Amino acid sequence: MRIQLSATKVHNDFIRKVEDMSGQDLLKCYQCGECSAGCPAAFAMDILPNQVIRLLQLGEHEAVLKSKTIWLCAACQQCYTRCPKGVDLSRIMEAVRDLLMLEHGDRIVIEKLPAETLAEFPQQAFISGFRKYTA
Amino acid sequence: MRIPYYPGCTLSTKAKGFDQAARQSFAALGIELAELKTWNCCGATFPLSRDNLLDLAGPVRNLVSAAAEGDKLAVACSTCFNVLKRSNLVMRNEEDKREKINFFIEADYAGSVQVLHLLEILRDEVGWDNLAKAVKKNLADLSVAPYYGCMFLRPPKEMGFDDHENPQILENFIRALGAQVADYPHRAECCGNYIAAFDLETTREMSYLILASARKAGADLIVTSCPLCQFNLDRWQQDLAMKHGGFRPIPVLYDTQLLGIALGLDTTTFDLDKHYVDPRPVLAEKGLI
Repeated sequence: MRIQLSATKVHNDFIRKVEDMSGQDLLKCYQCGECSAGCPAAFAMDILPNQVIRLLQLGEHEAVLKSKTIWLCAACQQCYTRCPKGVDLSRIMEAVRDLLMLEHGDRIVIEKLPAETLAEFPQQAFISGFRKYTA
Repeated sequence: MRIPYYPGCTLSTKAKGFDQAARQSFAALGIELAELKTWNCCGATFPLSRDNLLDLAGPVRNLVSAAAEGDKLAVACSTCFNVLKRSNLVMRNEEDKREKINFFIEADYAGSVQVLHLLEILRDEVGWDNLAKAVKKNLADLSVAPYYGCMFLRPPKEMGFDDHENPQILENFIRALGAQVADYPHRAECCGNYIAAFDLETTREMSYLILASARKAGADLIVTSCPLCQFNLDRWQQDLAMKHGGFRPIPVLYDTQLLGIALGLDTTTFDLDKHYVDPRPVLAEKGLI
């Protein structure tokens, strides 16, 4: 992928909001890849966890917004726990999801969830899920 | 001893056996788990945005209720434990947020309550040696795989007990009951959490890695203290057995169910029959029920 860099792009509003909401400094990450190595959902992701941060560092947030990855992060915090720089990637994922949903609406329509799912899953799955997939 | 107790939403509905086994086992050990007079859902997830204080209002209300009844709060579910413990730390350490939340919920709370997981109470109040003495059944022939999941240990700075990469509390619990510990590498990997309700294909494979790893280590069953981990690990094993040749389903029990069984309690209210992979055959084979 060819990426063109510019100061305005790298320091764009979206990136600043992500840093503010998550309380994380994106430039702390030096791309060691520990987060992707430890992520139990990485096998199903289209962009790896470390690539999420790299793209945000470069101002390429559109690619992150389009990814499946942000919706597969279950905030288990394995990445944060193992990060040698103390970057809490699950907070970054949450900020990206929230910003996206605030502009484009919720990820799920609660009324459309299958009746069997609603009947069978434990309550906490919905309470957490609704908090993560709606804004 | 009487300790205020927070059951949480799932233990009052889908995981009643977990709750019943907790109350009865602790009663047998001389500890009354006294359900809070008023409580509400903890929110089931700790908000990760810095300015999302609204999601802290629910858990903090529970802590306020607990403070009215004592200085400790016992929690069985590891997700509730995570949310309540972290919310408590916000109230204890972050003055600005504390003021706003107190103002909003009309309280004056500063994090005085000690939020304790049931396993911590067994370790610190009862003690492993005393627990071992109270065991009535012989579990020596049972191999148990401890499953921590994510919420119990992480983030370690806040959860603050046990080693997050090499935790021992469940292992010590299993040993105190007289059973063998099945050592396997996936005990603290995430099972897929709430993603399961929305992207089952992904999380089923996440659960499979954990289950297969426990089986490979020779486990007869798995114990956990999270109702969502229990469901995710338990529910899809028939499908997994069809997909992955050679996989044998493995029962997933709550820690308190195994505790009650080891203490020789009547298991009628433990809902052992409600598990998807029936744990009763292996428990009967080992002479435990």
